[in-house]
Amino acid sequence: MSKIDGGPPDYKKLLPPIITENYGQWKYHEIPRAGVLKHVSEKGDTLYSVRVGSPRLVSIDYIRDICALADSYCDGYLRFTSRNNVEFLVSDEGKVEPLIKELEAKGYPIGGVGNALSNIVHTQGWVHCHTPATDASGIVKAVMDDLYEYFGRTDLPAKLKVAMACCLNMCGAVHCSDVAILGVHRTPPRVDHEKIRKGTEIPTLVAACPTGAIRPDPKNKSVVVNEERCMYCGNCYTMSPAMEILDAKNDGIAILVGGKVSNARTAPSFSRLVIPFLPNNPPRWPEVTAAVRHIVETWLNNARKGERVGEWIERIGWERFFSLTEIPFTDKHIDDFIFSRETFRTTAAFKY
Amino acid sequence: MPDKKTPKLDELEHGPWPSFVTEIKKAAVRNESAKDLLNLLERSYDDKRGHWKHGGIVGVRGYGGGVIGRYTDLPEEYPHVAEFHTMRVNAPSAWFYKTETLRTLCDIWEKHGSGLTNVHGSTGDLIFLGMKTEELQTTYDELSDAGFDLGGSGSCLRSPSCCVGPARCESACYDTLDVCYDLTSSYQDELHRPMWPYKFKFKMSGCANDCVAAIARADCSIIGTWRDSIRIDQDQVKAYAESGLDIQGMVCDKCPTRALKYDHEKKELHVIAEDCSRCMHCINVMPKAVRPGKEKGATILLGGKSTIVQSAFLSWVIVPFMKMEPPYTELKEMVAKIWDWWDENGKTRERLGELIYRMGMTKFLREVGLPPVPQMVFRPRANPYVFWPQDEIVK
Repeated sequence: MSKIDGGPPDYKKLLPPIITENYGQWKYHEIPRAGVLKHVSEKGDTLYSVRVGSPRLVSIDYIRDICALADSYCDGYLRFTSRNNVEFLVSDEGKVEPLIKELEAKGYPIGGVGNALSNIVHTQGWVHCHTPATDASGIVKAVMDDLYEYFGRTDLPAKLKVAMACCLNMCGAVHCSDVAILGVHRTPPRVDHEKIRKGTEIPTLVAACPTGAIRPDPKNKSVVVNEERCMYCGNCYTMSPAMEILDAKNDGIAILVGGKVSNARTAPSFSRLVIPFLPNNPPRWPEVTAAVRHIVETWLNNARKGERVGEWIERIGWERFFSLTEIPFTDKHIDDFIFSRETFRTTAAFKY
Repeated sequence: MPDKKTPKLDELEHGPWPSFVTEIKKAAVRNESAKDLLNLLERSYDDKRGHWKHGGIVGVRGYGGGVIGRYTDLPEEYPHVAEFHTMRVNAPSAWFYKTETLRTLCDIWEKHGSGLTNVHGSTGDLIFLGMKTEELQTTYDELSDAGFDLGGSGSCLRSPSCCVGPARCESACYDTLDVCYDLTSSYQDELHRPMWPYKFKFKMSGCANDCVAAIARADCSIIGTWRDSIRIDQDQVKAYAESGLDIQGMVCDKCPTRALKYDHEKKELHVIAEDCSRCMHCINVMPKAVRPGKEKGATILLGGKSTIVQSAFLSWVIVPFMKMEPPYTELKEMVAKIWDWWDENGKTRERLGELIYRMGMTKFLREVGLPPVPQMVFRPRANPYVFWPQDEIVK
């Protein structure tokens, strides 16, 4: 039998020599051009990192190709970032420009460093998950094609982080991103009583509902859904295959904005709902790409230097955000879940 | 069966951003299940819905997690994705690789699976995307022989992940890579054999910029900080001023605690150290001139999670400052107490944050033996509904 509980490989054996030699001794960094970081150590060693955007869902051919590049320019070392970009770690300054030339010739996008749009953190969608309200990879490709120019720049007001999740489980970073794209349902689950009787643990299913819309129906050995209390989160379907909720006509996308995780200047914050619903329109999701571009451009044209999307909106006020973007404000924007009261305006200070 | 047409997905091969469709097609040249995945996805684009059956429980011997089982609901039409499981491979700290390491992984995956991957999953694992049940054990055996192990899934410790830390960042306040590797190695049992009310995630960021989003995406967020003063190099401040940086406007005026004073005459920057909340802004804008202090460690925060069930939570402060030195005994002793308490009190599928919220911070702090400090709250409670423990009142 094979070894178990071996754990991951020891990272110390996978670091390039320049990093081993300067570990914990880095002095400062610069951004010499879009997509490139230059780190200088206390002893004067210099490491260049060339950051390249990746679709995250990649073939082994892609991995072998970036390995060949890392062999040619980086002595066989590379890493991936927490936003699923690839970083080529170049210790020989003379190899930076030739690497960039070859990357450009191959069509690899260089960017995502500093005040730029970085890669979109995203999820499985229709490629592999059973609970999605939309696809992840397709929307990400459509949005990144549309916003491509901002990936290779460094002159945005601040960092721009876009995230995508295909259902309310929000795997990833949707709840804390500058702009977030979220798959949502709009119809209650369709209970298959036969399937419930076959193998659903009813108390766990009942407890899974955030609004208490599901109650046991002992006479039928099943459950009843109070449809007026259901807001279609789909968590009951996660718990039981008997609660089918996918609905091709009514599933779609919500857009949230203004979240961040960094502590710089202001505390980390959640993204807030600004567009409750856009249709699923594969393969290019034009309504989604247009909405995201419109929000990003309004931020670009109005934010002060150094302001993340959420910091800009908090300064001007959400009422100004809605008037500037001309996004219609509806009853769906007003929170009515358990922590809602804190979001109501308990001051007479506001703008018309 | 003749190759199906995929006009909708073909459209996503256009445009400048690298295309996942092109990637699936590359794998489909040699692999039937990658080809069927492409066709099934086209079908989903036509139908505007997913075509994966609910759930799926598969795995390897000795472990209770690490593999996500998946079956299509259209197995007759797409037989090569009738079974299409993913395997989570625990990635090295901060995702550093040698090319020979990645090639070994590719060779194993070419033999046993679809040839498709996610680099990486959001928790940090390398994802082998799509394999048959019969391939699981042999794939694991070969991975294990090559020095790899599975990551976590289910109600267990999930694979910890960390930022690039001291490997390549001047702001790192502790060794995030080492803490990540140490915790992962120490808690292999908790990672591979689910035994808890629900999932539990660790993330380590070397400073308050939080480059792995620990505060939002981990039940236990370990965020680097320092306890003394930021260090300012006045020569470098002058150099920034002379290069045209508006130090008053872009640095001092944006300081959240107004702890910075800029002397225009002398081109000098001064800090009122006790007012600084170590947000990282001045360091981010002037990395050559401002550095973290020397007395370094981490803030420990708990409770971060996504929406389901009670709303999303950001982690909140539980220990304002902890030294982070191997073998990390103080951290591990605290974590052990917290896990015991959660395991004892947590309901099925109740994240730690929701449990603390339901039971109350007061009870949590008393039962795990942590002292209450003002750094834990933005502001004290406004209501007077105070629970008094009976041992604190006059009898």
